[in-house]
Amino acid sequence: MSLSFENVQLTYDELHALDNLNLQVESGEALAIIGPSGCGKSSMLRLAAGLAQPTSGTVRINGNLAERPRKQTALILQNFGLLPWKTVRQNAELGLLIQGAPAAERTRRTTEALARVGLADFANSYPNQLSGGMQQRLALARAIALDIDTLLMDEPLSALDALLREELQDTLLALWQEKRYTQVLVTHSIEEAVYLGQRIAVMAPRPGRVVATIENPLMGSAQWRSQDAFFSQCRAVRAALEGGSHE
Amino acid sequence: MNRQSLSWKLLCVAFSLVVVLGGWEATALLLNTPALPTPAAALSVCAQYAGAMATDFGISFGRVGISLLLGTLLGTPVGLALGRSKRADELLAPALYILYPIPKIVLLPILLVLLGFGNELKVVLITLTVFFQVVVVMRDAAKGIPEDLVTSVRSLGASRGQLWCHVILPATLPQLFTTLRVSSAVAIAVLFFAEAIAGSTGLGYFIMNSWAMVSYPRMFAGIVALALLGVIFYELFDIIERRLTRWNK
Repeated sequence: MSLSFENVQLTYDELHALDNLNLQVESGEALAIIGPSGCGKSSMLRLAAGLAQPTSGTVRINGNLAERPRKQTALILQNFGLLPWKTVRQNAELGLLIQGAPAAERTRRTTEALARVGLADFANSYPNQLSGGMQQRLALARAIALDIDTLLMDEPLSALDALLREELQDTLLALWQEKRYTQVLVTHSIEEAVYLGQRIAVMAPRPGRVVATIENPLMGSAQWRSQDAFFSQCRAVRAALEGGSHE
Repeated sequence: MNRQSLSWKLLCVAFSLVVVLGGWEATALLLNTPALPTPAAALSVCAQYAGAMATDFGISFGRVGISLLLGTLLGTPVGLALGRSKRADELLAPALYILYPIPKIVLLPILLVLLGFGNELKVVLITLTVFFQVVVVMRDAAKGIPEDLVTSVRSLGASRGQLWCHVILPATLPQLFTTLRVSSAVAIAVLFFAEAIAGSTGLGYFIMNSWAMVSYPRMFAGIVALALLGVIFYELFDIIERRLTRWNK
């Protein structure tokens, strides 16, 4: 599934959340978006998910206007958006239930998704009985239980401690390599962007805009985190971020 | 629940009973008036009048129960709709702020003219009281739902109805039960007034009738029965809440 922002403006109460944004994401591509607070990163995801409309310009998914949420797109937010009153299984099943999948298929897909993220043994727990990392895995399970072609994530790992973050970054990478959906990851972390983005869009605030896009072709290669190229990519992203804020 | 926590719970209940009954006993002995018997005397009086009160107890129970149900069924959707819809809230919140503080009991004379002395008067009066309490609390509860939850579930393609069923109703359920427990006490107070002033049925009438006849033990039995009514509704809501909101514990 391809995603495109064409001359997108988004204005809330005089504030230019996004100004003349142009960005294409190819089908099956993993894009990371990085930038300081207030650069409109989260707004971009809301537009792509069909939860908001641009003030002007167009947001297209596969050439169609992103006017409403679509079945094949999943969105994961920083606080995971898990429902405390539903069990782990019910949370993972929610998307299938809402989209009207038959009961047998719901059960099968939910079971598979929970097993895939290592939560099979916790199906009957409630989210508040899980650790932060497990809650994040549950949010992932809810997304992959659906037959998605697009995964949008808004700082999905920022509530986790450093070691857990790396572990879940590996999970995200493995899932993307396995399923090859289009992935857009919004993050505050330079290392995370370089680890999980084939391409990295660097944004600057006031007004929100893309100041640089950095190709990152070695993403996904073995031991990527400890390669020299990884660190030089991190430096390039840092330089682009600093350039954007000093303009 | 394991054995130890059960025995601890029983101990706590026993302690509370000692505090309440001890305070009562001390007050009764201190005041030394026929209007306030000691707990032991009250208990025997209650047993004595239990048969005489049964019908009135049933009538009062039914009036409060139906009114709480109606007030909840009417107030919950209105409160949640106001909390979720900015436009509806702007339009109707001023009316809510004007009407909510009016003690509904002052409408009694008007309703007496309109509805007469029967069940309708009591049910309408208590329902009005409960309705406004439920609306005010549920409006705030709906406003307090984390927007992330709504966004996440909307992004899965949820319709408005699905959003209500999966997010808005379950998220506000604990507050609903808190309101109902508070409202049931107010409802019984309103019931008492309405029954005492209008008509010749229910525990309110039973109590004031006994008072007029200077039959203090009978009056006191009625008061205990009315208190019991409150305890029953409070416990009922507590039990239902614990069954419906296991996740919250």
